[in-house]
Amino acid sequence: MTAAVFFGCAFIAFGPALALYVFTIATDPLRIIFLIVGAFFWLISLLVSSLVWFVARTVTGNRDGPIEKYLLIFGVLISVLIQEIFRFAYYKLLKKANEGLKTINPDEPGPSMRLLAYVSGLGFGIMSGVFSFVNILSDSLGPGTVGIHGDSPYFFLYSAFMTLVIILLHVFWGIVFFDGCEKKNWHPLLAVILTHLLVSALTFLNPQYEISLVLAYMIMPLMGTWAFFVAGGSRRSLKRYLLCQDKDFLLYSQRSR
Amino acid sequence: MLTFMASDSEDDACNERTSLMSAESPVPRSCPDGRQGPEDAEDAAQRGSRDPGEDQEEDPDRYVCSGVPGRLPGLEEELTLKYGAKHVIMLFVPVTLCMVVVVATIKSVRFYTEKSGQLIYTPFTEDTPSVGQRLLNSVLNTLIMLSVIVVMTIFLVVLYKYRCYKFIHGWLIMSSLMLLFLFTYIYLGEVLKTYNVAMDYPTLLLVVWNFGAVGMVCVHWKGPLVLQQAYLIMVSALMALVFIKYLPEWSAWVILGAISVYDLMAVLCPKGPLRMLVETAQERNEPIFPALIYSSAMVWTVGMAKLDPSSQGALQLPYDPEMEEDSCDSLGEPSYPEVLAPPLPGSPGEELEEEEERGVKLGLGDFIFYSVLVGKAAATGSGDWNTTLACFVAILIGLCLTLLLLAVFKKALPALPISIAFGLIFYFSTDNLVRPFMDTLASHQLHI
Repeated sequence: MTAAVFFGCAFIAFGPALALYVFTIATDPLRIIFLIVGAFFWLISLLVSSLVWFVARTVTGNRDGPIEKYLLIFGVLISVLIQEIFRFAYYKLLKKANEGLKTINPDEPGPSMRLLAYVSGLGFGIMSGVFSFVNILSDSLGPGTVGIHGDSPYFFLYSAFMTLVIILLHVFWGIVFFDGCEKKNWHPLLAVILTHLLVSALTFLNPQYEISLVLAYMIMPLMGTWAFFVAGGSRRSLKRYLLCQDKDFLLYSQRSR
Repeated sequence: MLTFMASDSEDDACNERTSLMSAESPVPRSCPDGRQGPEDAEDAAQRGSRDPGEDQEEDPDRYVCSGVPGRLPGLEEELTLKYGAKHVIMLFVPVTLCMVVVVATIKSVRFYTEKSGQLIYTPFTEDTPSVGQRLLNSVLNTLIMLSVIVVMTIFLVVLYKYRCYKFIHGWLIMSSLMLLFLFTYIYLGEVLKTYNVAMDYPTLLLVVWNFGAVGMVCVHWKGPLVLQQAYLIMVSALMALVFIKYLPEWSAWVILGAISVYDLMAVLCPKGPLRMLVETAQERNEPIFPALIYSSAMVWTVGMAKLDPSSQGALQLPYDPEMEEDSCDSLGEPSYPEVLAPPLPGSPGEELEEEEERGVKLGLGDFIFYSVLVGKAAATGSGDWNTTLACFVAILIGLCLTLLLLAVFKKALPALPISIAFGLIFYFSTDNLVRPFMDTLASHQLHI
């Protein structure tokens, strides 16, 4: 519960997202706007799901006990579904916006759908991560002992790693989801929804952190490779990139110097 | 608290600042076709006007914005969109900075969340036991505050109509003096108290004097654009902190809502005071006082040699001589900067062409009220960061939408209504719906 914990957990959770933002989004104003709109859509989805949970809780009379836990589980599952619905809504909005931009600006190519998929995924992920972790972070600055009542002392670390994996998963889900929508293929959509439900459902097993965290971290590279191949990558392009033989990329990076 | 609330002008001046406009290029000179683009793109003037006095600033800008002749509509639209995203970000950054400063201060310095008195503009107390009485008091407070603002606006319109420029100028200087010296002194004192750092009076005098003097020079006269922008952001943040401290809870929310409605009416209704100011300025063919307007304009002059096309002329440093902004009132200097272009040395027959790219302008009042909303969310959100972040995102989205509307309608638009509406909706819904949900999730360590 010191500055070390605060900074350590903050950088674990938000370091990769910050790096992604600085290197890929911050350079182009249009991408920043799409990122913030994506974050806004996630926020609205959270609002709607909170409303649903609140209504459900009021209807069942605000009783304590096991029904509270069931209502929470219901709330989590509904929230995941609503998030994916809003991801779809954002896809529709971007499609319309892209068409609008194309008719007005025919010669200048706007951002491609793949790029928007990545940006929207990152927007969703950042907002989701921030909302779930910032309060915990601010508590970690203050005095206290973690797990003094018998809970796990690794609460902060677990939350930080979980936040990180969810942010990355949102990025991959966004790419896969938009690609599925573009190709009118419903299987990727179903896969995204199911993996999202799975990752959230795994957290029901907390405080057994091992299961939820390890499984989430196993799902993440799978989704990552799927997103990589969906976005146009291939083993050859990866090899070329790693061995610095990718002429296009080298030329591009040289040009920007 | 009566002492620094005595100066109406300062308070009023600081109250209004809701103008959002894209910078205008001045009367276009003869340039090749391609050059016309950026100027056209900036044509849309958008302005939220609020409160007395500030109108002046807005009017000149609005006037300037709508008065440019000879635009090619297609080119203009394309360039509007091309420049659109960049301008949105040029406004996002200062708005974000102002909000960050306000939220950081609220969360760390206890002084600004302590209740110690109220402004004379909000005389009714909210310490009543019944909810109905409290609501009534806050509505009455709002009515008084709003009527003060309307009266001051009309007063400024009258002053402007009768060409009392010196009076307005003096008023603005007085208000910015107070902001830059007195409020900074108080702020510095509270920050030092919070962190338990000692500072002796000679050092304090030196620091405050330098800060204030440079601020006055930058804002009212000439100075580097970045420094000017930084001072305007700091001044807006200071003013927002004053409002957060001295406005009682419910009154603050009702005032925010009422100001947005007033902004909408004053800018869009035909008989609105701000609209009248614009028309007056247009009749007189005068440049409008920028006054309390944050400008992200970059002005440069490019000289091109006719005989020697390869030499692309001297690119002068971005310089914004006339974009002075008063922290409180709109005392205008001509809204577009005079071109400072010494003749290029070199071959005779060189043709000096000026191209100015204007940025976007946003009234300081907008900054202040956005920061008040986010600051209040941070102050009263029971230590909850989610509410603050939700309001922040909502305000940015509102600003984005307003700029989009500006690009579509190409006329003065108020900057407050959409952002404040989103901000209020998200504040109340996040505080009452999302917070319990997220807290319950966090206590069971569930992740959505």
